[in-house]
Amino acid sequence: MSDQSHLPAWREQSLGRRLFLQVSAASAASAALVVAGCSSSTPTPAADTNQIALPQGNKGLLYYAYLLALAKSTTYQKVVDSPPGDLPAAERAIFADMRDHEVVHRETLKYLIDPTRATALFPADFAFSLTRFTLTSRAGVLAAALQLEDLAAAAYPVILPFFNSTNAYARALLLKMSTVLARHAATVRDLLTPGSFANGTVVDASGQLITKTPTEVLTALAPFWTPYVLSITCPDTSPSSDPGLCTANG
Amino acid sequence: MNFFQIISEIEKVDPEVYDRLDSRRSIFKHMTGLGQKLSAAAVPLALGSIFNKVYAQTPVGASVNDVLNFALSLEYLESYFYQRSAAGSGASAVTLRGGFSGTNLAAIDLIRTDEANHVTFLRSVLGTAAIADPGAATFDFTGGKGAAGGPFADVLTNPLTYLAVAQSLEDTGVRAYKGGAALLMSNKTVLTAALNIHSVEARHASRLRTMRRAGPMNNAASQGLPVSPYNAAPKSWISGTDNGGAGGSPTGPTAPIYGAGNNTGAPTGVTFDAESNTTQGGAVLTGLPNTTGFPASAFSEAFDEALDVTTVKTIARTFVVNGNNFLA
Repeated sequence: MSDQSHLPAWREQSLGRRLFLQVSAASAASAALVVAGCSSSTPTPAADTNQIALPQGNKGLLYYAYLLALAKSTTYQKVVDSPPGDLPAAERAIFADMRDHEVVHRETLKYLIDPTRATALFPADFAFSLTRFTLTSRAGVLAAALQLEDLAAAAYPVILPFFNSTNAYARALLLKMSTVLARHAATVRDLLTPGSFANGTVVDASGQLITKTPTEVLTALAPFWTPYVLSITCPDTSPSSDPGLCTANG
Repeated sequence: MNFFQIISEIEKVDPEVYDRLDSRRSIFKHMTGLGQKLSAAAVPLALGSIFNKVYAQTPVGASVNDVLNFALSLEYLESYFYQRSAAGSGASAVTLRGGFSGTNLAAIDLIRTDEANHVTFLRSVLGTAAIADPGAATFDFTGGKGAAGGPFADVLTNPLTYLAVAQSLEDTGVRAYKGGAALLMSNKTVLTAALNIHSVEARHASRLRTMRRAGPMNNAASQGLPVSPYNAAPKSWISGTDNGGAGGSPTGPTAPIYGAGNNTGAPTGVTFDAESNTTQGGAVLTGLPNTTGFPASAFSEAFDEALDVTTVKTIARTFVVNGNNFLA
């Protein structure tokens, strides 16, 4: 895996940018995961300024949850503002509700990260791009929602155990959110294909949810954050005690 | 569904549970990527073997088994409920199944399979210490506790009533699971497995609510509009207290499922609030930025609240016949 933080351009970035581009000591270690992928060519210095490493530890997990809420709230806001003509009233009401929930989650997570709201979590032009979705038809809207909801529902059970006791409040809040996301996911699945709420795509043969690691989730969402490239650091950097948070199969 | 609760309960009787588990990290190492690396069928056995190894020949073994059996009891409650609608379960099941559309019937059958799998999972964890199968006679899903006149008298023949009880059981399970949130400790692999099961329960609840909204004969879940105050036609998520839920009123039989729990003995920082709660982590949600114009219900819908064990037991015993000490 390449390690972008060794590049000179990274070292020379302004302190202002470093406020949000937090370079952790551990990111220089092999534990750092560069979600952009390892096979691409060496990034140019210009591209390097778009690298965003989420903070290490529990705060990074809150950023991660924030990103999921940001993605969904952005998408659903667009649906609410410009609903496709073939989206029935009952379904518009569902999307209005989900928009509300996601905005509440997003703002709650922002509060958890910084109660003073003095810190900008991301660059001013950082946004979730909707250009890859087709939000002008019911089918397109449901496909987008399905992808995002399944990702979020699969993400939470993986990260919740990594919150330590000093972050018990945050952990409790994310736990309370997690089943609302599961309710969303099941609802959207049923809108698209009635009866698919807990099928073999999302629940395994022993009745357990099929989860996704942060790496898997961020990789799936990577194209939506262009030009920014996000990476997350393992909160627990001891390989022997990392049961798959940062690596799909240990 | 209550695996999370199990771990926290173990922690109550055995504060060093996580040390025990962590000191045996080599045991867990092979479980890395649970659900992905291991075959699905091997998961319950693998987890069971961990508990057996950790607690073999330790004095707290009996207490741990008690806690695990408590969770198994709740799984039996759900599993027996869904068995009543299985094909070949008698005349009432024939009537009941006739009241559902094909897609909705398949959904009920899928939920029954999931719940049976959860029973199997817990039994494998407990091994020979598992409680005896309580048997169908333990339960009275009319809510009459063995006598006539229960609040859900036609539960086994009327699809609407059946869905009402099903929603109540699933919503209870979701809240019960969260009850141990503050005690969530660092045994990441086991807890992740528990969280996975919990998430599946919420998916069940969502589907059942969607079916109630659209009607049991309506294949297209999206065609139903929720009708305030959501007793009979709920949203797929809990809105406020749902006016007491499927039981019909704020003083009805299902109202405790959506109400506040008992905070006695709760871990520091934990309160078992009603589902209508709109204050989270010290923040009054209605004052959050960018939420102008949101209905008050949105702030409660965004969070599923936790419930304590005592309250859960009381709710569950609504469906246990008098004279039986199951879940007492």
